[in-house]
Amino acid sequence: MREALQRFARNRLAVFGACVLIGLLVLVAISPLVFPGDPFRLAGKPLQAPDRVFLFGTDTLGRDVAAGIAYGARTSLLIGVGATLSAIVFGAMVGGFAGYYRGGVEIVLMRVTEFFQTIPAFVLAILIVAILSPSVSSEIIAIAAVSWPGIARLVRGEFVALGGREFVQACAGLGASDARIIFRHMLPNCASSIIAVGSLLIGTSILTEAGLAFLGLGDPNVMSWGLIISAGRAVLRSAWWICTFPGIAILLTVLGVNLVGDGLNEALNPKLARR
Amino acid sequence: MNDMPMNDVVLELEKLNIALPPGADRAHAATDIDLVLRAGEVTCLIGESGSGKSLVARSILGLLPGPHVRVSSGRILFEGQDLARATPAQMRKVRGARISMIFQEPMTALNPLHTIGRQIGEVLRIHTKLGAAARRARVIELLESVHLPEPAQLLRSFPHQLSGGQRQRAMIAMALALRPRLLIADEPTTALDVTTQAQILKLIRDLQHQHGTAVLFITHDFGVVADIADTVAVLQKGTLVEQGRTAQVLGHPAHPYTQALIAAVPKLMPPPVRAPNTAPFVVQARDVRKTYGARGFFGGRVTHALDGVSIELRRGETLGLVGESGSGKSTLARAITRLMTVDSGEILLSGRDIARMTRLQLRPYRKRVQMVFQDPYGSLDPRQRVVDIIAEGPIIHGTQPELARDEARALLALVGLDPSAANRFAHEFSGGQRQRIGIARALALRPEVLVADEPVSALDVSVQAQVLALLADVKARLHLSMLFVTHDLRVALQVCDRIAVMQRGRVVEVAPTAEIYGAPKHPYTKALFAALPGANWQETVYA
Repeated sequence: MREALQRFARNRLAVFGACVLIGLLVLVAISPLVFPGDPFRLAGKPLQAPDRVFLFGTDTLGRDVAAGIAYGARTSLLIGVGATLSAIVFGAMVGGFAGYYRGGVEIVLMRVTEFFQTIPAFVLAILIVAILSPSVSSEIIAIAAVSWPGIARLVRGEFVALGGREFVQACAGLGASDARIIFRHMLPNCASSIIAVGSLLIGTSILTEAGLAFLGLGDPNVMSWGLIISAGRAVLRSAWWICTFPGIAILLTVLGVNLVGDGLNEALNPKLARR
Repeated sequence: MNDMPMNDVVLELEKLNIALPPGADRAHAATDIDLVLRAGEVTCLIGESGSGKSLVARSILGLLPGPHVRVSSGRILFEGQDLARATPAQMRKVRGARISMIFQEPMTALNPLHTIGRQIGEVLRIHTKLGAAARRARVIELLESVHLPEPAQLLRSFPHQLSGGQRQRAMIAMALALRPRLLIADEPTTALDVTTQAQILKLIRDLQHQHGTAVLFITHDFGVVADIADTVAVLQKGTLVEQGRTAQVLGHPAHPYTQALIAAVPKLMPPPVRAPNTAPFVVQARDVRKTYGARGFFGGRVTHALDGVSIELRRGETLGLVGESGSGKSTLARAITRLMTVDSGEILLSGRDIARMTRLQLRPYRKRVQMVFQDPYGSLDPRQRVVDIIAEGPIIHGTQPELARDEARALLALVGLDPSAANRFAHEFSGGQRQRIGIARALALRPEVLVADEPVSALDVSVQAQVLALLADVKARLHLSMLFVTHDLRVALQVCDRIAVMQRGRVVEVAPTAEIYGAPKHPYTKALFAALPGANWQETVYA
């Protein structure tokens, strides 16, 4: 593990990505201090250009864009991480069962997985949020529902490969239960691949969340980057700052997540990276 | 061999150094190698794994896995050219045409999507101006020269349709297509069965005599050296410690390392006659059958991995299970440990049939039969500490985890490992040490029967001897019965009380070791003994 960290630290782009993400976390932590009060509060005159008081200007209703970005970061991270974790848990379960038991179980589970992969992800997400009514939890459910098939296929592949390895057979020969073999031996051995793919998934989830919020399918009571952009798109030409700054925030975050994900992938699977 | 005059020098290595990347276990894979290869001679480069022998061979063809592994100094002189300094374009002219190479694994060295005819023809297409018809004729001629049956048909075959020995013959045909002056063979027979190995060695020998090719033969097997080499060079950790004529080096090794290596080769000599074991049976397999493949409408090939096998293992006995790949010996080992189920037949463990038991019923019986696996790299969980690997069995069977870990630490001493090994991970150990960990894991459950599936075939000879000694020691101390699966008759003769010879899913002969050595009855057993590499050499040395 220490070697992996060293390899990660040597990757400059990954370190840059990690810095961006740490900065984002700091922003989330200090936002109540810097921007006390509700981000939906009308702070000043509408459509003020960026100045010393309102660093990123105000939107059509006079809300502080900077405060919106700070509070929106929390939403983005919450949904990005929450949806990814749910997708990993569910996907690993499906893929794990399929890869461990093979046979009929595998056929059924993998056909279901493929079925989910054939539906355009964003359309399915819109549909689920629309049915469940927009809220943070329904966004998490929707994004997880469109992201788990990739994880399931990855874990299934790893499990099939690991199942033939002698240490798994040795464990079965000791009399170990299925649960022990799966959780003690097989899952830890594919953890590095899951972490690498999962970290990239966070970026996708944040983008999907912004898209949903832009379409008005985000939680209307929770500030998010997609919501600000959605509110500002009508005045894009006269008040560029409303859409631009949350856009940059999304760009930086997703870039940071992807750089960290790539860095993790190379650090945890050094043989793959050197090719 | 010796009647030839001093032959022309074909290739000369001068103070060759091969650098390893920083952080490797040593700075140079090879240090100051001086080696001369002559026309019409087979030079064997012998060494244990990690000695750098393959890298030396690859450096000649410029096939080192760069950029970190590279020739750092020295010269590789071939036909007046220094190959260490040759440009890629110059190297391409040499490769395949003037120097060619055959590899260990004939399956992966051939392109599975191309026919044999096309692959051999490709060499001719690159290096000659022959037309399509002429190429085809030449390929058929080549396939005939390596004694492949029906060459005209073989042209259209794909690699997977050939057996391992046939693939290696095709590789040799390809390597010799342009009559190279030097043939480099990197462990070409290691992946093959002994009977096939004997044929391939003879083929290389014959062709080399016909064409006067110089051969650099990489191997770790002294038996092979005795059979094929004119001169031998012994490589230890990248340094040539001894070289000379084969008879000289094998008969009177000068360097202590060579002496130790030769001493570690299991002796091919009549084992002592042991008193017959009359203890009760602990394992009995009766008419066990197992078939692979072929379900569904379209038939397909059915493999009878076990075709009515019956064996008995007595308490305190070591029964050897000997056979070539595909004989079903590993399948039988896995059936007896119930790592897989059989189609029919009984497997009695102290009189109880375990062949049909469910997993739950099987649990209490699991710990009575334990297995030691072949692959010391794949059989230990890379993410677990050694102490947890060993303690896992007892913990599964209800021992308190703390107690089980203490016992695991005690077991480390029993298998000859330092107590500090407990908290390290498997990848920090060498192959032999890992195999000790695997043995400790099997012993942790205090089994009655140890099933060892090729436990030493992935190890170097010197390590092999140590692991075999350890197995014999724990077996005697803990009064175990052992089923010892191996493809190596020498090893079987050394450790087993009785030997069962398997061929194509059947046991063709079972007899006490001394009897099977002195008077093998079945033709297949005789063939196995006849094919043993280096048989003559050891008979002269130890007679």
